[in-house]
Amino acid sequence: MSRTLPNRREFLCTVGGCAAAAAAAGCSDLTHTSWFRSRFREMPEAEKKTIIAELEKEHSARFQQPVTVGVEPPMENVEFGYALDISRCIGCRRCVHACVDENNQSREPQLQWIRVLEMDKEKGIDFAHADAYYDAESVPREGHFYLPVACQQCENPACVKSCPVGATWKEKDGIVVIDYDWCIGCRCCMSACPYGARHFNYAEPSIPTEKLNPKTHYLGNRPRMKGVVEKCTWCIQRTRKGRYPACVEVCPVGARKFGNLLDPESEVRYVLEHKRVFVLKSELNTRPKFFYFYGL
Amino acid sequence: MATLRHFWQFVTGSLRIVTTGNRFYWAWILGLMTLVVIGAITYVDQLRTGLITTNMRDQVSWAFYIGNFTFLVGVAAAAILLVIPAYVYHWKPIKEVVILGELLAIAAIVMCGLFVTVDVGRPDRLWHLIPGLGNLNVPSSLLAWDVVVLNGYLVLNFVIVTYLLFSLYRGRQPAKGVFLPLVLFSIPAAIAIHTVTAFLYNGLPARPFWNASILAPRFIASALCSGPAVLLILMQLLRRFTKFHIDDRAIWKVAELMAYAMFINLFLLGAEVFKDVYSNTEHMVHMRYMFFGIGEHTAIVPYMWLAVFCSFGAFILFLIPKTRRHPVTLNVGCVLIWIGVYLEKGMGLVIPGMTPDTLGEIYEYFPSSSELWIAAGIFAIGFLAFTLMVKVATPIMLGEFHLAGVEPINPHPEEHGAVHAH
Repeated sequence: MSRTLPNRREFLCTVGGCAAAAAAAGCSDLTHTSWFRSRFREMPEAEKKTIIAELEKEHSARFQQPVTVGVEPPMENVEFGYALDISRCIGCRRCVHACVDENNQSREPQLQWIRVLEMDKEKGIDFAHADAYYDAESVPREGHFYLPVACQQCENPACVKSCPVGATWKEKDGIVVIDYDWCIGCRCCMSACPYGARHFNYAEPSIPTEKLNPKTHYLGNRPRMKGVVEKCTWCIQRTRKGRYPACVEVCPVGARKFGNLLDPESEVRYVLEHKRVFVLKSELNTRPKFFYFYGL
Repeated sequence: MATLRHFWQFVTGSLRIVTTGNRFYWAWILGLMTLVVIGAITYVDQLRTGLITTNMRDQVSWAFYIGNFTFLVGVAAAAILLVIPAYVYHWKPIKEVVILGELLAIAAIVMCGLFVTVDVGRPDRLWHLIPGLGNLNVPSSLLAWDVVVLNGYLVLNFVIVTYLLFSLYRGRQPAKGVFLPLVLFSIPAAIAIHTVTAFLYNGLPARPFWNASILAPRFIASALCSGPAVLLILMQLLRRFTKFHIDDRAIWKVAELMAYAMFINLFLLGAEVFKDVYSNTEHMVHMRYMFFGIGEHTAIVPYMWLAVFCSFGAFILFLIPKTRRHPVTLNVGCVLIWIGVYLEKGMGLVIPGMTPDTLGEIYEYFPSSSELWIAAGIFAIGFLAFTLMVKVATPIMLGEFHLAGVEPINPHPEEHGAVHAH
């Protein structure tokens, strides 16, 4: 079967009833472009151009400022890796909020890609006794340590396998991405993910105009719509331009390390070679590229 | 051309049949339609606002809708599996049993499709599932497989039932060479839809409660109880209100088979409880949530115990020959089985599987009123479809509704639709 059907769009439009079907679906945000389109992964260049132009126009109008939607591909010879020092993390949750700001997550209802779990030192890493809603005067709290969890960017992602329409896939640089315009919102990937990394837009996401980060990527932080799943992309809009993810930059204790696994000089490689690292739920053979380590 | 003209007469005749009926019929139809309308209005609201009108959240991201879907896949599968005993025990008018089973299967699959549709966030994009146009992710996604087998099963049943009824309508004996292979094929297909649906859960190592190899066999065992329970009640209604003759012995035989199925179902449940409780690993937490609750989180506990008591009670009623033959206890048993399996599949499979979530958080889910109304609407559509189909099929099987000028194929009225068990 040809994966690229150049006439798919034309065909669907002639099928007719696009307006009727859109009305039946009751979705106010259906534009011609976002509905009759190809999957981003095999989208012809011409269609890509039109869609990006339309998206930029739509978001710029909605947020009253110039919004760019990038399509930067993976860089050559780059495979990203992440390492987090749990002996340094103090549980301040600055990463959570920096992530929300950078990646245009919905403020109402609140949606956050990073969950910081507070755990008892006595129990060690034990999800059954973890608390994601700790409310502390100051952190770290006596007798506790903190385990931030977001997408583990697995080498062998269970979510990708489960998606019935191929709306999510692993890119060459190892980032697992979602085509928000292709996702049908069935939430199979959320059932499949062992790390609770995927989040669903149960309502229309809302971002105050002045809070929008206008520098976006198609597969990353562009504004989402209700009814689709989203997740951490290691700030694809930044990292594909050689910058650090927002969480790495904001961490006040330097617990977060990020870099190219293929580069022997990278910080993340140093950590892998010199520290005791582990991954979450290694028994599931998902092979995360998000490593935890004890730096102290 | 003649066939097309006959088919047109068949369609218009069927329309006449479904639009005539006594007061009870119309009360039933209008009652169902009211539920459909309420469900539809609620669904429009869900579409506008999003799935936030449900009580599903990231922690419990599949719940009541998907539970109902799973239960109904079982009903659809088991309706056909009743064909097997019909063959094994040489019930004479096998086509009647087949037809009723297929009709139930069609109604159940329609409901399955609706439950999936109301569960997805973007129903407007369901065309992405169509191979060629969209991108159906086979072979890796189990939901993609489920879409294939369920649609295939729907088409298969639709073809069989239309062929059988239309043949009878035209006064022709259905050609065995045509329908028998199809019916025989529908038996493995029935097992396939339930197995694939079980694998949809089973294939998720992130969820230890589902990642147990006993899941698919358990699905089939419980379905073999709930599907026939519906048909048993239907058979009794038909022989009461129509000229349909169904032998008691056939009903008792089905009840006996259900007792065995129920035994296997309870045995498999016991095996799972044993494994979890005796090993007492961290994975036991889901079972504990299901039967005892965790801390103050006990919302589903009473329902789970009710399910156990209903299933066990029904098992006893069907096991003892005297009670499975008594019309009152037989029907009580059918209802108990239905409740037991419904709660076990509708609530007991999906919700504890997701509570606590993968990072240990307990979000206590209970369906919202919006979910309940939408589900009621979908069940009403299913019952409505089933009622209308049975309303047309019955006079055809009795030889009362046929093409003008042809002889109905069963010449002796007392033998019409007789189901005998030997």
